[in-house]
Amino acid sequence: MAYAVVKGAGYILVHTPDMITHNGTTQTTERLVNPDSEYLKKLTNYYRTFEEVVSYPPNQTYIGTIKPEELKNYPMPWFQQKVEGATRNGKQGEIMPQDEFIALLKISDVFDLVKLSAEFTAMVKPKMEAHPLMTDAMVAKLKDGDDMAEIEKFIKEEHAEALYHNEQLIGCVKRAHDIDPNLNAHIIFENLVVKASGALAFQNLLAKNNIDPTTIEYVIECSEEACGDINQRGGGNFAKAIAEMVGAVNATGSDTRGFCAAPTHALIEAAALVQSGVFENVVIVAGGATAKLGMNGKDHVKKEMPVLEDVLGGFAVLVSKNDGVHPVLRTDLVGRHKVGTGSSPQAVITALITEPLDKGGLKITDVNKYSVEMQNPDITKPAGAGDVPEANYKMIAALAVKRGELERTQVASFGDDHGMPGWAPTQGHIPSGVPYLGHAVDAFLNNEIQRAMIVGKGSLFLGRMTNQFDGISIVMEKNDGQTGDKATGVSEAEVKTMIAEAMRNFASHLLQ
Amino acid sequence: MSLFDGKKVIIIGDRDGIPGPAIEECLKATGAEVLFSATECFV
Repeated sequence: MAYAVVKGAGYILVHTPDMITHNGTTQTTERLVNPDSEYLKKLTNYYRTFEEVVSYPPNQTYIGTIKPEELKNYPMPWFQQKVEGATRNGKQGEIMPQDEFIALLKISDVFDLVKLSAEFTAMVKPKMEAHPLMTDAMVAKLKDGDDMAEIEKFIKEEHAEALYHNEQLIGCVKRAHDIDPNLNAHIIFENLVVKASGALAFQNLLAKNNIDPTTIEYVIECSEEACGDINQRGGGNFAKAIAEMVGAVNATGSDTRGFCAAPTHALIEAAALVQSGVFENVVIVAGGATAKLGMNGKDHVKKEMPVLEDVLGGFAVLVSKNDGVHPVLRTDLVGRHKVGTGSSPQAVITALITEPLDKGGLKITDVNKYSVEMQNPDITKPAGAGDVPEANYKMIAALAVKRGELERTQVASFGDDHGMPGWAPTQGHIPSGVPYLGHAVDAFLNNEIQRAMIVGKGSLFLGRMTNQFDGISIVMEKNDGQTGDKATGVSEAEVKTMIAEAMRNFASHLLQ
Repeated sequence: MSLFDGKKVIIIGDRDGIPGPAIEECLKATGAEVLFSATECFV
């Protein structure tokens, strides 16, 4: 049976400075426990402009304009560097400013829960009309805006979540129920952010890869939020809501959860659905998390550097029937952190890296690029969390030395040769393995690599149901041009030969 | 006799480094008493 292929990807970032202040949990927690803190007073002085966010080298890597290999050439800290001539439109996606995204929240809302002021609506509507991916029907959903007095009343009297732009109140998200805690304004806001940013990523996937949305048969959403009501907190389902928004009229879908590991779980599920012939085109998609905005802001402000966690992330990837061209997903070379694997680094790397390679008779060095958790070290190092991709590459290299596949002296350069610098924002599931898929498709098609491994890891213990964490991995390989159709079918010439042989046999029986 | 004999230990592990249960396992061979062990995610 033919392997599924990765056909293309779409990646988006949304610059949301006011949401750092009002929705990032580091800031909302600080406001509760220490409302007069110096941090909160100084915070906005360290915000970046949209232009700074656009020209930031890791962000241009995320939307596909510069390659991971090129990012290495920029000296760190990257926030002091600029990609010359950078624009909001990338090869594989876009960076959207906050005002347009707030409008997109309104467009995503089908229950009249998002209220935007008439003034803000008038200001943002022309921008949405000018956006190449916003249809007339989408822009029409903005209508003319609402009365500011009514918006303030919803916030003061009905626990609506306030929406700010340039530190001004411009709207709100209403609660969807008076009592139900799972439909309160805060959760509806977070869920609409997932839907809107996921849909934007999906639209970019379609537009940048010339994909017809009606060909999509199934969607797997793999972010970290949950939608549902009082009777089923995570009932779902973001996948179908996003599919509906982007015009994927022939699709249904479901949500897959696994903390930061979910995108790689979703990728493998998509590959299995396609390879088995259940569906021909499956999209995996995820939106961003406002809770993580400014997560390490305290350390960034302390070090007098910009608050770099100022963007929401989103991605969408199309997994399709083997076309003989695009890179294949080797579902026979899947690694997984099992319940019984244990938690030592050696056990984890063995389960995720070498066990799948051993199934294919491959060495660690046979994989050209490992895409692990591609967290941007510009963000994590100043916060004391280290360089996450580099730490992973060191562990993989150490195991390679132990297996006799790498010289001890090559450990230091393993990350340069078989890894990449991290470029993804610390949005949990967003950095986990999948940011490389778009770059990988190009690298395979350009014959730059033969093999890559996508690795996702998730902190399940944060949900307090288990002390376990999780991980799953899959090998991607250059397409050998065989679509597998021949293996399952018989050619016309072969049929003729078989008939001729049968007739000869029959004739020989008649002669006897 | 080890450095940890008779000591009470609080473990904060890192998912992308050494997780709590792995550190706990290492301390089993010593005389340390593990009071608390957790793994944190710093990203």
